[in-house]
Amino acid sequence: MTRSALPGLAIAIGVLIAGLLLAFTIGRYPVSLAELGNVLLAKISGHRPDVSPAVESVILQVRGPRVLAAALVGAALAVAGTAFQGLFRNPLVSPDILGASSGAALGAVVGIFLSLGVLAIQGLAFVGGLLAVGAVYVIGSAVRARDPILVLVLTGVVVGALLGAGVGLVKYLADPYNQLPAMTFWLLGSLAAANASDLLPLFGPVAIGSAVLVALRWRMNVMSLPEEEARSLGVATGPLRVAIVAAATLTTSASVATAGIIGWVGLVVPHLSRSLVGPDFARLLPTAAILGGGYLLLIDTLARTAAEVEIPLGILTAVIGTPFFIWLLASMQRTWS
Amino acid sequence: MNIEGRDLTIGYPDQTVGRGLDVALSTGEVLALLGPNGGGKTTLLKTLLGLLKPKAGEVRLGDKPLDEYSVRERARVIAYVPQVHIGTFAFTVETVVLMGRTAHGNLFSRPTTHDRAVAHSVLERFGISALANRPYTMISGGERQLVLLARALAQEPRFIVLDEPTASLDFGNQGKVMNEIRALAKSGHGVLFTTHDPNHALRAADRAYLLRDGVRIADGPAATVLNREQLKALYQASIDQLIDRDSGAVAFLPG
Repeated sequence: MTRSALPGLAIAIGVLIAGLLLAFTIGRYPVSLAELGNVLLAKISGHRPDVSPAVESVILQVRGPRVLAAALVGAALAVAGTAFQGLFRNPLVSPDILGASSGAALGAVVGIFLSLGVLAIQGLAFVGGLLAVGAVYVIGSAVRARDPILVLVLTGVVVGALLGAGVGLVKYLADPYNQLPAMTFWLLGSLAAANASDLLPLFGPVAIGSAVLVALRWRMNVMSLPEEEARSLGVATGPLRVAIVAAATLTTSASVATAGIIGWVGLVVPHLSRSLVGPDFARLLPTAAILGGGYLLLIDTLARTAAEVEIPLGILTAVIGTPFFIWLLASMQRTWS
Repeated sequence: MNIEGRDLTIGYPDQTVGRGLDVALSTGEVLALLGPNGGGKTTLLKTLLGLLKPKAGEVRLGDKPLDEYSVRERARVIAYVPQVHIGTFAFTVETVVLMGRTAHGNLFSRPTTHDRAVAHSVLERFGISALANRPYTMISGGERQLVLLARALAQEPRFIVLDEPTASLDFGNQGKVMNEIRALAKSGHGVLFTTHDPNHALRAADRAYLLRDGVRIADGPAATVLNREQLKALYQASIDQLIDRDSGAVAFLPG
């Protein structure tokens, strides 16, 4: 009963294609599939499309960057979640666990508080995420314990709480008319402001982090065994753990810097991917990236179109993620050692 | 080739478990490590594997100190069979065995055709080829023990160290694992295993090493060292000795 990865991968690709088509065509200004095909073909071949300039602009300028950003952010969070779950040998952890998200959040609200430009805010979010994980790592390693993983996770929770208090303080001090709405909006997660200039600073770190993880895919399989077993199989677990955490934090921070805090994607998607293609990281990482892109595209389309005003992404992912987590917890009890 | 611990003080940063321990294991021999719970068996095992640094003394592998080997070099000489566990993720049996090949590849490599051939030949040796594509989480405890043995053998090591290989097995599988341990020594491996059952040591080991409260009580040929007086002293319990009238085989009963 060997399981081929192909059916699972095909489902993930199907979700991505569905996500792409829906994201391009649905919205306040509906676009037909024919118009979409026409514009994209024209773009590729260099001809002028024979649709109205308004339709072309909706597809290329308005929805295009947002669609690409959603796919990239979804892929980044899913890949990071896959890596963290393997590394911590626990299917219930997610990229938020090491303080990456809360560090990035603090960086961003400080940037908004200081009335910095968009790029500087993104930069601060990015640095905040990396610093938070760095701090968690240094503190976690300094505490000598027999279970370093547990210590690391708990340190992440504690440092995350402190950073959350910092976010609260900055919000308390912020100008309630100009700054506070921007902070709130950003903390809830949104792709509404995504534009073409966001794509490169998003794509670069996501590509680098994912490439590192893909290169280490076999070692990551071994790293998901208990520490001493992995070492006795010839894996230098210490340095490798640093490399995996750094790569996963890079992709997380880049996506938080672009889209704010979008929780749960990094928990839900790796789990769904594992049920599609199994736990081998060689299959799991690409599947999670594709499925994560499709998943966030679907959610972002829902966020744009479900109500009169846009619903923040973080709220939708939480509404889906929380019951999923509880279900996972309940069904896990039997097999989780 | 030898693994040798000289005048070892073993333990954890905040706790010393044993002192003054000398222990040696050669290729082609089976050494059983016996002693009551908390006596230091597992700590000694992990120290000899290089998973735990000795607090004093030295572990040597061949002609070099063990800590001069890289993690990867070490894994190509010594394999570790931990106590059977369920595992977090449902890797296939084949993937689990292929993980034994990790030390033979570099940081970025995937298993090669040769690695797969090795994995299949060890699966065949243990008669579990049919399990290759089953999830490791869905097979029985006895099958898991054999899979972990197969993974250790896939490392192509000189030494195999097993932590209570019979602990979670039924009677038949215990015998099967004992036989495999004998066969491993016959094929030139040095085998070290811990056990709670002196009968297993008698059955499978050339030598027995008795450890109580971190102190070596005896170390010698299993048939000599494992007698009623030694075992009484080791476990501080009363023990009956049975002798088979036909074969002369000896067994012990606790209580």
